[in-house]
Amino acid sequence: MFSGFPKTMPTFSLKVNGIAKSVDVQPDTPLLWVLRDTLQLTGTKFGCGAGLCGACSVHVDGALTRSCTLPVSQAAGKNIKTIEGLGANGLHALQKAWIAEDVPQCGYCQSGQIMAAASLLAKTPHPSDAEINEYMSANICRCGTYERIKRAIHRAANAGGAQ
Amino acid sequence: MSALSRRAFLGTSAAAGAGLMIGFYLPAQALAEAEAAFSPNAYLTIAPDGKITIVVARSEMGQGVRTSLPMILAEELEADWKQITIEQAGASTLFGDQTTGGSASVRTTWDPMRKAGAQAREMLISAAAQAWAVKPETCKAANSFVVHSTSGRKLSYGALAAKAGKLPVPDTPQLKTSGFKIVGKPLTRLDTPSKVNGSAIYGLDFRVPGMKYAVLARCPIVGGKVSAVDDSAAKSSPGVSFVGKIGASAVAVVADSTWNAIKARRALKVTWDEGANKDLNSAVIFDALRNADESKAVKFFTAGGVSKATGQKIEASYQLPFMAHAPMEPGNCVAHFRGTECEIWAPTQVPQDCRDTVAPLVGLKPEQVKVNITLLGGGFGRRLEHDYAVEAALVSKAINAPVQVVWTREDDMRNSMYRPVSLHKLSASLDASGWPVELTHRIIGPSINGQKGSPPVNGVDGDFPDEASFVYPIPNVSLESVTTETPVPLGWMRSVYALQMGFASESFIDELAAAAKKDPLQYRLHLLAKDQDIKYFDTTWRTSRMRGVLQLAAEKADWSKPLPAGRYRGIACFGCFSSYAADVVEISMEKDGPRVHRVVAAIDCGRVVNPNILEQQIQGGVIFALTNALRAQITIDKGRVVQGNFDDYQPIRMNEAPKVEAHFVPSAEPPSGAGEPCVPPLAPALCNAMYAATKKRVRALPILS
Repeated sequence: MFSGFPKTMPTFSLKVNGIAKSVDVQPDTPLLWVLRDTLQLTGTKFGCGAGLCGACSVHVDGALTRSCTLPVSQAAGKNIKTIEGLGANGLHALQKAWIAEDVPQCGYCQSGQIMAAASLLAKTPHPSDAEINEYMSANICRCGTYERIKRAIHRAANAGGAQ
Repeated sequence: MSALSRRAFLGTSAAAGAGLMIGFYLPAQALAEAEAAFSPNAYLTIAPDGKITIVVARSEMGQGVRTSLPMILAEELEADWKQITIEQAGASTLFGDQTTGGSASVRTTWDPMRKAGAQAREMLISAAAQAWAVKPETCKAANSFVVHSTSGRKLSYGALAAKAGKLPVPDTPQLKTSGFKIVGKPLTRLDTPSKVNGSAIYGLDFRVPGMKYAVLARCPIVGGKVSAVDDSAAKSSPGVSFVGKIGASAVAVVADSTWNAIKARRALKVTWDEGANKDLNSAVIFDALRNADESKAVKFFTAGGVSKATGQKIEASYQLPFMAHAPMEPGNCVAHFRGTECEIWAPTQVPQDCRDTVAPLVGLKPEQVKVNITLLGGGFGRRLEHDYAVEAALVSKAINAPVQVVWTREDDMRNSMYRPVSLHKLSASLDASGWPVELTHRIIGPSINGQKGSPPVNGVDGDFPDEASFVYPIPNVSLESVTTETPVPLGWMRSVYALQMGFASESFIDELAAAAKKDPLQYRLHLLAKDQDIKYFDTTWRTSRMRGVLQLAAEKADWSKPLPAGRYRGIACFGCFSSYAADVVEISMEKDGPRVHRVVAAIDCGRVVNPNILEQQIQGGVIFALTNALRAQITIDKGRVVQGNFDDYQPIRMNEAPKVEAHFVPSAEPPSGAGEPCVPPLAPALCNAMYAATKKRVRALPILS
């Protein structure tokens, strides 16, 4: 017999792409599903649910984070940036570079790839191929866009990068 | 076009008041259905404001059809590419078979989309000629304008749309043979901007007001069933609104969010009737291939009389495992059953199959089921199945509300339809100079189409004509198939049997070259030296085109020049989906296996519609194939798939990805397949490189097993 919903659900306050949000969800809900199902920010993707593929990558207080394994309770009160809010004014240099190099095929992993690349450039404004390989290998692309991703990161870096 | 459809056409145009429409995809569905029998050209709308909408009737799964197909039409239309917008068709009766697979989108829509564009162009020219009271021959179309050559007067397509819509539709418009302005250009993709800012909508992103989220507990063993369900804990889990059996082998959990559904499923206790396959394992499966009754071998291609040959006999066997597509977007589908109709939003390669399969299962007729196609987060053949759509429709009917069924990664890995296992036995006899006078290739394995109930073609799986070629005109050849059975669900995975056939065939040719002590490139070129057509089912393979890709890849890879110490290379070629491809793979051998540094890939796929997208397909095909070659392996234990996520089924990552140099042979032949033909040569070329390095043959995939 259905025993009914909990009487109250905890409320968590998040700042997502600069906007204060409050969500009523279970505390163990991964940030990914809060973004996608509660806040309707579907640019952040579900790929593996286990921190293995990087499709769900977002920035939490500036740090590259797998939103599929971060409970919302641990994201409360923090600044969360998703692909929808990456560019401070229009498109981020990386998004422009992604367009210029025509990187995506199916495109499903690209939000995560771009968020990872943004984190890389924030730390290393002019990464070498080896540095790109090392950093970006946390993200999987089944379409095999790696070569163009690398070109786009170099292009964005050369364009002055991290914004 | 008949008189009836002609009237229908006028009626539609008048009713829509929207200028020139060829096809009627949009406003009058019934009319459109009547029209379909007379003309397939349901692809185009030109609005009075000049906006050109081209309907894409195939699914966008990364291969670029939302750009390349409109280019084909826009070329004949003489359209200004900047005015083009696209519209995704759902399941329809207007476009023939809308299956997106078999590397067929460009090659099968090339003719109808060209015709659709050319019809419109001729009608627009006629409309302008009438307006100016001049002969149509004195007018020409360019860049979305019709221009009168002598006076220089011009009218835009938008301005001409209404008038052109009242003219007869030419049945056989003239098509271009030269002067291509859009086709052949490396245009950037129309879908790219939406794929870098999070706005692109894949199946998993689709939302309907009031939509619930569902996950299913599926029997982990094929053929097993639900025996008993204890849903007390699941039902009291937060946000859960429904728990119930869906079919005989699954239990659905429905909640107000994906996470609440996933969590409640963990609390669900299902007892499975494990059925007949509970002891199945990979060793048993491969033993069955080795012990197959080969007296039932079907010869599906022969040349000469194989048994007559004498000389040095060479034999080798090759083996390939089950593989999973593992697209980045796991399985999912939204369905809304509304009593007398059911609407579906699916990332699917088979909208019509989804419609026709779902309908009877929810008690409706196919015309009561509407299937919309979202973007696909990868397909690779996994979305040629309809399982996700069936589940979503059944759950929606059960809860009487719209629902999104979500598969987790583990669900996808363990409940998929896998590339079949196969065992290949090859033998050849070489003459005194080392050239084969006889070659037999026997593939032993289960049939994908057979398992799905499609009858064999000439005694073999219906996919063989596109995928199981042999292009070397050796005097005596026999390609043979022994079809076995397996309970493991089978599916079509990118390049399908061409991957298996190519691996075995091109590894073996390399073995023959080594036995003959000849250079592997020169050996192949010698076998292909004479220009010859090889009739193979309905394809005619040409030795000259296979030579072309081998020579192109070899030249770009500097095959004739020595490599630095510690580097080795291998070559392979294969033909499938009417295209020809070759790879040169350069490696070094490291402690943990081969390190692939460089792949030079060449393809001849006829006329290239968009070199930018073709480069993506080649690079992507090589990376996909490298995963297959190195690591992709699904194993079975106790009737269950062992692998579950990207930790035990590991796609190639950037740090392992080689530099891939993509080349194509310029051609005016009709377009042929592109997405899959670039896959098969990689594994044999890599293994042949490993032989060059180690003098040991790799005869079973995956290499790192």
